[in-house]
Amino acid sequence: MSRLELRHVRKAFGGLDVLADISLSVGAGEFVSILGPSGAGKSTLFQLLTGAEHGEGEMSFDGAPLDDHGRHFAFMPQRDALMPWRRILDNTTLGLEVQGMRRQAARARVAPLFAEFGLAGFERHFPAQLSGGMRQRAALLRTVVQQRDMLLLDEPFGALDALTRTAMQRWLEQMWRHHRWTALLITHDVREAVFLSDRIYVLSARPARIVREIKVPLPRPRSLGGDAARQASALEAEILDIILNPQSIQRTRP
Amino acid sequence: MISVGLLLLAWELYATYSGIRPTILPAPSRVFEQATLNREALADNAVPTIRATLLGFACSLSAAFALSMLVDFFQPLRRALFPVFIISQTLPLVAIAPLVVLWFGFGLAPKIMLVALVTFFPMLVALVEGYESTEAEIGQMLRAMGAGRWRIFLLARLPSALPYFFAGLRISITYAVVGAIFAEYAGAAKGLGIYMLNAKNNFRPDLVLAAVGVSAALTLILFGLTVLVQRLAMPWERAGKKTGGTGPRR
Ligand SMILES: Nc1ncnc2c1ncn2[C@@H]1O[C@H](COP(=O)(O)OP(=O)(O)O)[C@@H](O)[C@H]1O
Ligand SMILES: [Mg+2]
Repeated sequence: MSRLELRHVRKAFGGLDVLADISLSVGAGEFVSILGPSGAGKSTLFQLLTGAEHGEGEMSFDGAPLDDHGRHFAFMPQRDALMPWRRILDNTTLGLEVQGMRRQAARARVAPLFAEFGLAGFERHFPAQLSGGMRQRAALLRTVVQQRDMLLLDEPFGALDALTRTAMQRWLEQMWRHHRWTALLITHDVREAVFLSDRIYVLSARPARIVREIKVPLPRPRSLGGDAARQASALEAEILDIILNPQSIQRTRP
Repeated sequence: MISVGLLLLAWELYATYSGIRPTILPAPSRVFEQATLNREALADNAVPTIRATLLGFACSLSAAFALSMLVDFFQPLRRALFPVFIISQTLPLVAIAPLVVLWFGFGLAPKIMLVALVTFFPMLVALVEGYESTEAEIGQMLRAMGAGRWRIFLLARLPSALPYFFAGLRISITYAVVGAIFAEYAGAAKGLGIYMLNAKNNFRPDLVLAAVGVSAALTLILFGLTVLVQRLAMPWERAGKKTGGTGPRR
Protein backbone atom coordinates (compact mmCIF):
# COMPACT_ATOMS: atom_id res chain seq x y z
CA MET A 1 0.00 0.00 0.00
CA SER A 2 2.96 2.31 0.43
CA ARG A 3 3.37 4.99 -2.20
CA LEU A 4 6.70 6.59 -1.35
CA GLU A 5 9.48 4.23 -0.42
CA LEU A 6 13.06 5.17 0.50
CA ARG A 7 15.70 2.51 1.13
CA HIS A 8 19.10 3.30 2.56
CA VAL A 9 19.23 6.82 1.19
CA ARG A 10 22.50 8.64 1.87
CA LYS A 11 23.75 12.09 1.04
CA ALA A 12 26.98 13.97 1.63
CA PHE A 13 27.86 17.53 0.68
CA GLY A 14 31.56 17.39 -0.12
CA GLY A 15 33.01 15.71 2.94
CA LEU A 16 30.00 16.50 5.12
CA ASP A 17 27.79 13.46 5.76
CA VAL A 18 24.27 14.80 6.08
CA LEU A 19 22.02 11.81 5.58
CA ALA A 20 23.61 8.62 6.85
CA ASP A 21 20.94 6.01 6.21
CA ILE A 22 17.31 6.82 5.66
CA SER A 23 14.69 4.18 4.99
CA LEU A 24 11.06 5.10 5.22
CA SER A 25 7.72 4.69 3.55
CA VAL A 26 4.51 6.67 3.24
CA GLY A 27 1.21 4.99 2.44
CA ALA A 28 -1.72 6.33 0.46
CA GLY A 29 -3.71 8.90 2.42
CA GLU A 30 -1.24 8.71 5.28
CA PHE A 31 0.12 11.71 7.18
CA VAL A 32 3.72 11.02 8.13
CA SER A 33 6.16 13.32 9.95
CA ILE A 34 9.90 13.45 10.02
CA LEU A 35 10.97 14.82 13.37
CA GLY A 36 14.53 15.85 14.03
CA PRO A 37 16.76 18.56 15.43
CA SER A 38 17.70 21.62 13.36
CA GLY A 39 20.53 21.00 10.95
CA ALA A 40 19.94 17.25 10.96
CA GLY A 41 19.38 17.11 7.22
CA LYS A 42 15.59 17.17 7.01
CA SER A 43 15.40 19.77 4.25
CA THR A 44 18.15 17.93 2.42
CA LEU A 45 15.87 14.90 2.21
CA PHE A 46 13.28 17.01 0.39
CA GLN A 47 15.99 18.30 -1.94
CA LEU A 48 16.60 14.70 -2.93
CA LEU A 49 12.90 14.01 -3.40
CA THR A 50 12.31 17.11 -5.55
CA GLY A 51 15.41 16.44 -7.62
CA ALA A 52 17.30 19.54 -6.52
CA GLU A 53 20.13 17.28 -5.29
CA HIS A 54 21.11 13.71 -5.96
CA GLY A 55 22.10 11.12 -3.39
CA GLU A 56 22.68 7.40 -3.06
CA GLY A 57 20.16 4.68 -2.29
CA GLU A 58 16.79 3.77 -3.70
CA MET A 59 13.79 6.04 -3.92
CA SER A 60 10.59 4.83 -5.50
CA PHE A 61 7.03 6.01 -5.90
CA ASP A 62 4.22 3.53 -6.51
CA GLY A 63 6.91 0.95 -7.13
CA ALA A 64 8.67 2.88 -9.91
CA PRO A 65 12.08 4.47 -9.30
CA LEU A 66 11.95 8.21 -8.69
CA ASP A 67 13.71 9.60 -11.71
CA ASP A 68 11.04 11.73 -13.32
CA HIS A 69 11.41 14.33 -10.59
CA GLY A 70 8.74 16.82 -9.80
CA ARG A 71 5.79 14.83 -11.11
CA HIS A 72 4.62 13.27 -7.88
CA PHE A 73 5.21 15.95 -5.31
CA ALA A 74 3.73 19.29 -4.43
CA PHE A 75 6.48 20.91 -2.41
CA MET A 76 6.11 23.62 0.21
CA PRO A 77 9.53 25.04 1.09
CA GLN A 78 10.66 25.87 4.59
CA ARG A 79 10.10 29.58 4.09
CA ASP A 80 6.76 30.34 2.48
CA ALA A 81 8.51 31.28 -0.80
CA LEU A 82 5.63 33.52 -1.82
CA MET A 83 6.67 35.83 -4.63
CA PRO A 84 6.46 39.39 -3.26
CA TRP A 85 5.62 40.77 -6.70
CA ARG A 86 2.60 38.53 -7.26
CA ARG A 87 -0.76 39.08 -5.67
CA ILE A 88 -1.96 36.27 -3.41
CA LEU A 89 -4.30 34.92 -6.08
CA ASP A 90 -1.47 34.77 -8.60
CA ASN A 91 0.86 33.22 -6.06
CA THR A 92 -1.58 30.42 -5.43
CA THR A 93 -2.02 29.67 -9.14
CA LEU A 94 1.72 29.45 -9.76
CA GLY A 95 1.95 25.68 -9.85
CA LEU A 96 -1.01 25.41 -12.21
CA GLU A 97 0.51 28.02 -14.53
CA VAL A 98 3.78 26.12 -14.61
CA GLN A 99 1.80 23.00 -15.50
CA GLY A 100 0.55 24.92 -18.54
CA MET A 101 -2.93 25.89 -17.39
CA ARG A 102 -4.21 29.24 -18.66
CA ARG A 103 -4.19 32.01 -16.11
CA GLN A 104 -7.96 32.46 -16.21
CA ALA A 105 -8.62 28.77 -15.78
CA ALA A 106 -6.11 28.54 -12.97
CA ARG A 107 -7.72 31.45 -11.16
CA ALA A 108 -11.15 29.89 -11.57
CA ARG A 109 -9.84 26.67 -10.05
CA VAL A 110 -8.22 28.36 -7.06
CA ALA A 111 -10.66 31.13 -6.22
CA PRO A 112 -13.36 28.95 -4.60
CA LEU A 113 -10.78 27.60 -2.15
CA PHE A 114 -9.92 30.98 -0.67
CA ALA A 115 -12.72 30.84 1.89
CA GLU A 116 -11.73 27.39 3.12
CA PHE A 117 -8.16 28.60 3.56
CA GLY A 118 -9.23 31.70 5.47
CA LEU A 119 -8.02 33.98 2.70
CA ALA A 120 -11.30 35.30 1.30
CA GLY A 121 -11.01 39.00 0.50
CA PHE A 122 -7.22 38.87 0.24
CA GLU A 123 -7.00 37.68 -3.36
CA ARG A 124 -5.71 41.04 -4.59
CA HIS A 125 -3.30 41.66 -1.71
CA PHE A 126 0.44 41.34 -1.96
CA PRO A 127 2.17 38.84 0.36
CA ALA A 128 3.77 41.67 2.37
CA GLN A 129 0.28 42.80 3.38
CA LEU A 130 -0.56 39.48 5.03
CA SER A 131 0.14 38.16 8.50
CA GLY A 132 2.48 35.22 8.99
CA GLY A 133 -0.33 32.73 9.45
CA MET A 134 -2.12 33.90 6.33
CA ARG A 135 1.08 33.70 4.32
CA GLN A 136 1.51 30.09 5.37
CA ARG A 137 -2.08 29.29 4.43
CA ALA A 138 -1.53 30.92 1.03
CA ALA A 139 1.64 28.87 0.56
CA LEU A 140 -0.27 25.74 1.52
CA LEU A 141 -3.06 26.58 -0.89
CA ARG A 142 -0.49 27.05 -3.67
CA THR A 143 0.82 23.60 -2.77
CA VAL A 144 -2.40 21.60 -2.59
CA VAL A 145 -4.05 22.99 -5.75
CA GLN A 146 -1.32 21.40 -7.82
CA GLN A 147 -3.18 18.12 -7.26
CA ARG A 148 -0.04 16.06 -7.11
CA ASP A 149 0.08 12.59 -5.58
CA MET A 150 1.73 13.73 -2.39
CA LEU A 151 2.48 16.82 -0.31
CA LEU A 152 5.98 17.60 0.96
CA LEU A 153 5.73 20.18 3.75
CA ASP A 154 8.98 21.55 5.17
CA GLU A 155 8.38 23.08 8.62
CA PRO A 156 5.30 24.95 7.44
CA PHE A 157 4.68 26.60 10.81
CA GLY A 158 8.26 26.89 12.05
CA ALA A 159 8.43 30.67 11.73
CA LEU A 160 5.09 31.43 13.40
CA ASP A 161 4.47 32.58 16.95
CA ALA A 162 3.25 29.88 19.34
CA LEU A 163 -0.43 30.89 19.31
CA THR A 164 -0.68 31.17 15.55
CA ARG A 165 1.20 27.92 15.18
CA THR A 166 -1.24 26.03 17.40
CA ALA A 167 -4.19 27.52 15.53
CA MET A 168 -2.63 26.53 12.21
CA GLN A 169 -1.97 22.97 13.40
CA ARG A 170 -5.61 22.53 14.38
CA TRP A 171 -6.69 24.01 11.08
CA LEU A 172 -4.37 21.72 9.10
CA GLU A 173 -5.57 18.64 10.99
CA GLN A 174 -9.14 19.53 10.14
CA MET A 175 -8.23 20.17 6.48
CA TRP A 176 -6.43 16.87 6.29
CA ARG A 177 -9.47 14.99 7.59
CA HIS A 178 -11.51 16.45 4.73
CA HIS A 179 -8.99 15.93 1.96
CA ARG A 180 -6.96 12.91 3.10
CA TRP A 181 -3.83 14.08 1.34
CA THR A 182 -0.85 11.77 1.33
CA ALA A 183 1.61 13.96 3.17
CA LEU A 184 5.14 14.00 4.47
CA LEU A 185 5.76 16.76 7.00
CA ILE A 186 9.11 17.94 8.30
CA THR A 187 9.15 19.44 11.75
CA HIS A 188 11.29 19.91 14.83
CA ASP A 189 8.20 20.40 17.00
CA VAL A 190 7.32 17.22 18.93
CA ARG A 191 3.80 18.36 19.80
CA GLU A 192 3.11 19.27 16.18
CA ALA A 193 4.27 15.86 14.98
CA VAL A 194 2.10 14.02 17.50
CA PHE A 195 -0.93 16.21 16.88
CA LEU A 196 -0.89 15.87 13.09
CA SER A 197 0.63 12.51 12.21
CA ASP A 198 -0.38 8.93 11.72
CA ARG A 199 3.27 7.95 11.97
CA ILE A 200 6.47 9.70 13.01
CA TYR A 201 10.05 8.99 12.02
CA VAL A 202 12.47 10.34 14.61
CA LEU A 203 15.76 11.48 13.13
CA SER A 204 19.12 11.65 14.90
CA ALA A 205 21.33 14.72 14.71
CA ARG A 206 23.56 14.98 11.64
CA PRO A 207 24.51 12.66 10.02
CA ALA A 208 20.84 11.77 10.13
CA ARG A 209 19.59 8.25 10.55
CA ILE A 210 16.17 7.11 11.61
CA VAL A 211 16.36 6.22 15.28
CA ARG A 212 12.73 5.31 15.74
CA GLU A 213 9.45 4.87 13.95
CA ILE A 214 6.44 5.72 16.08
CA LYS A 215 2.79 5.03 15.34
CA VAL A 216 0.37 7.59 16.71
CA PRO A 217 -2.72 5.62 17.77
CA LEU A 218 -4.74 8.68 18.78
CA PRO A 219 -8.28 9.00 17.40
CA ARG A 220 -9.23 11.70 14.94
CA PRO A 221 -10.33 14.42 15.12
CA ARG A 222 -7.41 15.04 17.38
CA SER A 223 -8.59 16.71 20.56
CA LEU A 224 -6.87 18.85 23.11
CA GLY A 225 -8.58 17.43 26.16
CA GLY A 226 -9.59 14.24 27.89
CA ASP A 227 -8.04 10.84 27.66
CA ALA A 228 -6.57 11.32 24.20
CA ALA A 229 -4.72 14.43 25.35
CA ARG A 230 -3.14 12.49 28.21
CA GLN A 231 -2.07 9.79 25.76
CA ALA A 232 -0.62 12.45 23.48
CA SER A 233 1.37 13.96 26.33
CA ALA A 234 2.80 10.58 27.23
CA LEU A 235 3.82 10.03 23.61
CA GLU A 236 5.43 13.47 23.44
CA ALA A 237 7.42 12.76 26.59
CA GLU A 238 8.58 9.45 25.18
CA ILE A 239 9.72 11.06 21.91
CA LEU A 240 11.52 13.87 23.72
CA ASP A 241 13.33 11.26 25.76
CA ILE A 242 14.47 9.50 22.58
CA ILE A 243 15.75 12.74 21.08
CA LEU A 244 17.45 14.08 24.18
CA ASN A 245 18.92 10.78 25.45
CA PRO A 246 20.06 8.95 22.34
CA GLN A 247 21.98 6.36 24.38
CA SER A 248 18.74 5.15 26.00
CA ILE A 249 17.30 4.06 22.65
CA GLN A 250 18.14 0.39 23.05
CA ARG A 251 16.66 0.32 26.53
CA THR A 252 13.32 1.86 25.60
CA ARG A 253 12.92 0.03 22.33
CA PRO A 254 9.75 -2.12 22.67
CA MET B 1 15.54 71.29 -0.83
CA ILE B 2 16.23 73.50 2.21
CA SER B 3 19.93 72.67 2.16
CA VAL B 4 20.17 73.69 -1.50
CA GLY B 5 18.43 76.96 -0.70
CA LEU B 6 20.77 77.74 2.19
CA LEU B 7 23.80 76.97 0.05
CA LEU B 8 22.59 79.34 -2.68
CA LEU B 9 21.91 82.05 -0.10
CA ALA B 10 25.41 81.78 1.40
CA TRP B 11 26.91 81.90 -2.07
CA GLU B 12 24.82 84.96 -2.98
CA LEU B 13 25.91 86.80 0.16
CA TYR B 14 29.56 85.87 -0.33
CA ALA B 15 29.62 86.95 -4.00
CA THR B 16 27.91 90.25 -3.20
CA TYR B 17 29.80 91.35 -0.10
CA SER B 18 33.28 89.86 -0.38
CA GLY B 19 34.18 92.12 -3.30
CA ILE B 20 35.08 89.15 -5.50
CA ARG B 21 34.80 89.99 -9.19
CA PRO B 22 31.80 88.52 -11.05
CA THR B 23 34.20 87.23 -13.73
CA ILE B 24 35.65 84.92 -11.06
CA LEU B 25 32.59 84.01 -9.01
CA PRO B 26 29.25 85.38 -10.16
CA ALA B 27 26.38 85.53 -7.71
CA PRO B 28 23.52 83.04 -8.25
CA SER B 29 21.21 85.90 -9.08
CA ARG B 30 23.49 86.91 -11.93
CA VAL B 31 23.77 83.33 -13.13
CA PHE B 32 20.01 83.09 -13.15
CA GLU B 33 19.63 86.39 -14.94
CA GLN B 34 22.13 85.39 -17.62
CA ALA B 35 20.52 81.96 -17.93
CA THR B 36 17.18 83.62 -18.67
CA LEU B 37 18.78 85.99 -21.17
CA ASN B 38 20.54 83.10 -22.93
CA ARG B 39 17.74 80.59 -22.55
CA GLU B 40 17.43 79.95 -26.27
CA ALA B 41 21.11 79.12 -26.67
CA LEU B 42 21.00 76.95 -23.54
CA ALA B 43 17.94 75.05 -24.72
CA ASP B 44 19.48 74.68 -28.14
CA ASN B 45 22.59 73.14 -26.59
CA ALA B 46 20.69 71.00 -24.11
CA VAL B 47 18.89 69.08 -26.87
CA PRO B 48 21.98 67.24 -28.23
CA THR B 49 23.06 66.46 -24.67
CA ILE B 50 19.68 64.96 -23.83
CA ARG B 51 19.71 63.01 -27.08
CA ALA B 52 23.20 61.61 -26.42
CA THR B 53 22.29 60.76 -22.83
CA LEU B 54 19.12 58.90 -23.68
CA LEU B 55 20.46 57.10 -26.76
CA GLY B 56 23.67 56.12 -24.99
CA PHE B 57 21.73 54.94 -22.01
CA ALA B 58 19.32 52.94 -24.17
CA CYS B 59 22.29 51.24 -25.86
CA SER B 60 23.99 50.35 -22.60
CA LEU B 61 20.72 49.12 -21.09
CA SER B 62 20.02 46.77 -23.98
CA ALA B 63 23.59 45.52 -23.99
CA ALA B 64 23.65 45.07 -20.22
CA PHE B 65 20.35 43.22 -20.31
CA ALA B 66 21.36 40.86 -23.09
CA LEU B 67 24.72 40.15 -21.52
CA SER B 68 23.32 39.74 -18.01
CA MET B 69 21.04 36.99 -19.31
CA LEU B 70 23.90 35.32 -21.09
CA VAL B 71 26.01 35.43 -17.94
CA ASP B 72 23.10 34.11 -15.88
CA PHE B 73 22.65 31.11 -18.15
CA PHE B 74 26.36 30.40 -18.66
CA GLN B 75 28.10 31.06 -15.38
CA PRO B 76 31.66 30.48 -16.72
CA LEU B 77 31.18 33.51 -18.98
CA ARG B 78 31.01 35.63 -15.88
CA ARG B 79 34.54 34.82 -14.82
CA ALA B 80 35.80 35.33 -18.37
CA LEU B 81 34.08 38.65 -19.03
CA PHE B 82 33.98 40.51 -15.74
CA PRO B 83 37.67 41.44 -15.59
CA VAL B 84 37.33 43.10 -18.98
CA PHE B 85 34.38 45.14 -17.81
CA ILE B 86 36.06 46.11 -14.59
CA ILE B 87 39.04 47.39 -16.55
CA SER B 88 36.66 49.37 -18.74
CA GLN B 89 35.50 51.13 -15.58
CA THR B 90 38.99 52.18 -14.57
CA LEU B 91 39.66 54.05 -17.82
CA PRO B 92 39.84 57.77 -16.99
CA LEU B 93 37.12 59.59 -18.87
CA VAL B 94 39.42 62.60 -19.33
CA ALA B 95 41.75 60.51 -21.46
CA ILE B 96 39.20 58.37 -23.20
CA ALA B 97 36.81 61.10 -24.29
CA PRO B 98 39.22 62.93 -26.65
CA LEU B 99 40.39 59.62 -28.10
CA VAL B 100 36.89 58.43 -28.87
CA VAL B 101 36.12 61.79 -30.47
CA LEU B 102 39.35 61.53 -32.45
CA TRP B 103 38.39 58.10 -33.73
CA PHE B 104 34.71 58.64 -34.35
CA GLY B 105 34.41 62.35 -35.10
CA PHE B 106 32.32 65.20 -33.71
CA GLY B 107 28.98 63.49 -34.37
CA LEU B 108 26.54 61.71 -32.12
CA ALA B 109 28.28 58.31 -32.23
CA PRO B 110 31.21 59.00 -29.86
CA LYS B 111 28.84 60.59 -27.32
CA ILE B 112 26.58 57.57 -27.34
CA MET B 113 29.62 55.34 -26.92
CA LEU B 114 30.95 57.25 -23.95
CA VAL B 115 27.60 57.37 -22.20
CA ALA B 116 27.23 53.64 -22.82
CA LEU B 117 30.74 53.01 -21.53
CA VAL B 118 30.18 54.69 -18.19
CA THR B 119 26.72 53.24 -17.57
CA PHE B 120 27.06 49.73 -18.96
CA PHE B 121 28.95 48.10 -16.13
CA PRO B 122 26.86 49.38 -13.22
CA MET B 123 23.74 48.16 -14.98
CA LEU B 124 25.26 44.77 -15.77
CA VAL B 125 26.37 44.24 -12.19
CA ALA B 126 23.00 45.35 -10.86
CA LEU B 127 21.16 42.87 -13.07
CA VAL B 128 23.50 39.94 -12.45
CA GLU B 129 23.41 40.48 -8.68
CA GLY B 130 19.66 40.91 -8.88
CA TYR B 131 19.23 37.51 -10.51
CA GLU B 132 21.48 36.00 -7.87
CA SER B 133 19.31 37.45 -5.12
CA THR B 134 16.47 35.09 -6.06
CA GLU B 135 15.40 33.11 -3.02
CA ALA B 136 16.82 29.58 -3.29
CA GLU B 137 13.53 28.10 -2.02
CA ILE B 138 11.60 29.75 -4.85
CA GLY B 139 13.94 28.17 -7.39
CA GLN B 140 13.67 24.76 -5.78
CA MET B 141 9.89 25.04 -5.59
CA LEU B 142 9.58 26.03 -9.26
CA ARG B 143 11.80 23.15 -10.29
CA ALA B 144 9.63 20.78 -8.27
CA MET B 145 6.61 22.22 -10.09
CA GLY B 146 8.30 21.20 -13.34
CA ALA B 147 9.59 24.58 -14.52
CA GLY B 148 12.67 24.70 -16.77
CA ARG B 149 15.51 27.22 -16.54
CA TRP B 150 13.93 29.70 -18.90
CA ARG B 151 10.64 29.53 -17.03
CA ILE B 152 12.43 30.02 -13.71
CA PHE B 153 14.27 33.00 -15.15
CA LEU B 154 11.07 34.69 -16.27
CA LEU B 155 8.97 33.79 -13.25
CA ALA B 156 11.51 34.32 -10.48
CA ARG B 157 14.95 35.60 -11.38
CA LEU B 158 13.88 38.54 -13.51
CA PRO B 159 11.34 39.96 -11.03
CA SER B 160 13.78 39.37 -8.17
CA ALA B 161 16.28 41.59 -9.98
CA LEU B 162 13.91 44.56 -10.23
CA PRO B 163 14.95 46.38 -7.03
CA TYR B 164 18.60 45.97 -7.99
CA PHE B 165 17.86 47.11 -11.50
CA PHE B 166 16.25 50.33 -10.32
CA ALA B 167 19.00 51.03 -7.81
CA GLY B 168 21.50 50.67 -10.66
CA LEU B 169 19.33 52.82 -12.88
CA ARG B 170 19.28 55.70 -10.41
CA ILE B 171 23.07 55.73 -10.16
CA SER B 172 23.72 55.19 -13.86
CA ILE B 173 21.41 57.94 -15.04
CA THR B 174 23.54 60.53 -13.24
CA TYR B 175 26.70 59.05 -14.75
CA ALA B 176 25.03 59.18 -18.14
CA VAL B 177 24.55 62.96 -18.09
CA VAL B 178 28.12 63.53 -16.90
CA GLY B 179 29.39 61.17 -19.58
CA ALA B 180 27.55 63.01 -22.34
CA ILE B 181 28.84 66.40 -21.20
CA PHE B 182 32.37 65.07 -21.01
CA ALA B 183 32.14 63.72 -24.53
CA GLU B 184 30.95 67.10 -25.78
CA TYR B 185 33.68 68.84 -23.88
CA ALA B 186 36.18 66.82 -25.88
CA GLY B 187 34.68 67.98 -29.13
CA ALA B 188 31.24 68.68 -30.48
CA ALA B 189 29.36 71.09 -32.68
CA LYS B 190 26.65 71.63 -30.10
CA GLY B 191 25.84 70.52 -26.59
CA LEU B 192 26.06 71.62 -22.98
CA GLY B 193 29.64 70.41 -22.75
CA ILE B 194 30.93 72.47 -25.63
CA TYR B 195 28.81 75.39 -24.45
CA MET B 196 30.57 75.30 -21.09
CA LEU B 197 33.95 75.14 -22.77
CA ASN B 198 33.20 78.13 -24.97
CA ALA B 199 31.80 80.15 -22.08
CA LYS B 200 34.89 79.43 -20.04
CA ASN B 201 37.16 80.48 -22.89
CA ASN B 202 35.19 83.73 -23.15
CA PHE B 203 35.64 84.41 -19.42
CA ARG B 204 31.94 83.97 -18.71
CA PRO B 205 31.76 81.84 -15.55
CA ASP B 206 28.15 82.94 -15.18
CA LEU B 207 27.26 81.11 -18.39
CA VAL B 208 29.34 78.09 -17.39
CA LEU B 209 27.34 77.92 -14.18
CA ALA B 210 24.09 78.46 -16.04
CA ALA B 211 24.90 75.40 -18.18
CA VAL B 212 25.83 73.49 -15.03
CA GLY B 213 22.42 74.43 -13.64
CA VAL B 214 20.71 73.10 -16.75
CA SER B 215 22.61 69.82 -16.57
CA ALA B 216 21.79 69.49 -12.87
CA ALA B 217 18.13 70.07 -13.61
CA LEU B 218 18.32 67.50 -16.38
CA THR B 219 19.85 64.93 -14.05
CA LEU B 220 17.22 65.59 -11.41
CA ILE B 221 14.40 65.18 -13.91
CA LEU B 222 15.82 61.89 -15.18
CA PHE B 223 16.35 60.72 -11.62
CA GLY B 224 12.77 61.62 -10.76
CA LEU B 225 11.56 59.72 -13.80
CA THR B 226 13.34 56.54 -12.70
CA VAL B 227 11.75 56.84 -9.27
CA LEU B 228 8.35 57.27 -10.90
CA VAL B 229 8.84 54.30 -13.21
CA GLN B 230 9.95 52.18 -10.27
CA ARG B 231 6.80 53.04 -8.36
CA LEU B 232 4.67 52.04 -11.31
CA ALA B 233 6.66 48.89 -12.02
CA MET B 234 6.83 47.68 -8.43
CA PRO B 235 3.48 48.40 -6.78
CA TRP B 236 4.06 45.67 -4.19
CA GLU B 237 6.89 47.64 -2.59
CA ARG B 238 4.64 50.45 -1.48
CA ALA B 239 1.79 48.10 -0.68
CA GLY B 240 4.09 46.30 1.72
CA LYS B 241 5.24 49.49 3.41
CA LYS B 242 1.82 51.03 3.79
CA THR B 243 0.46 48.26 5.94
CA GLY B 244 3.87 47.54 7.41
CA GLY B 245 3.92 44.72 9.93
CA THR B 246 0.46 43.27 9.96
CA GLY B 247 1.93 40.26 11.66
CA PRO B 248 5.06 38.23 12.22
CA ARG B 249 6.96 37.63 9.00
CA ARG B 250 9.35 34.74 8.68
N1 LIG C 1 23.62 22.65 -0.91
C1 LIG C 1 24.33 22.39 0.21
N2 LIG C 1 25.68 22.39 0.18
C2 LIG C 1 26.40 22.12 1.29
N3 LIG C 1 25.88 21.85 2.49
C3 LIG C 1 24.54 21.83 2.60
C4 LIG C 1 23.69 22.11 1.47
N4 LIG C 1 22.40 22.03 1.88
C5 LIG C 1 22.45 21.72 3.20
N5 LIG C 1 23.72 21.61 3.63
C6 LIG C 1 24.15 21.24 5.00
O1 LIG C 1 23.45 20.10 5.39
C7 LIG C 1 23.11 20.17 6.76
C8 LIG C 1 21.65 19.88 6.96
O2 LIG C 1 20.89 20.96 6.41
P1 LIG C 1 19.30 20.90 6.32
O3 LIG C 1 18.90 19.72 5.52
O4 LIG C 1 18.84 22.21 5.83
O5 LIG C 1 18.89 20.70 7.85
P2 LIG C 1 17.46 20.79 8.55
O6 LIG C 1 16.45 21.06 7.48
O7 LIG C 1 17.28 19.48 9.22
O8 LIG C 1 17.54 21.90 9.56
C9 LIG C 1 23.54 21.54 7.26
O9 LIG C 1 24.73 21.40 8.00
C10 LIG C 1 23.78 22.31 5.99
O10 LIG C 1 24.83 23.23 6.18
MG1 LIG D 1 15.29 22.63 7.22
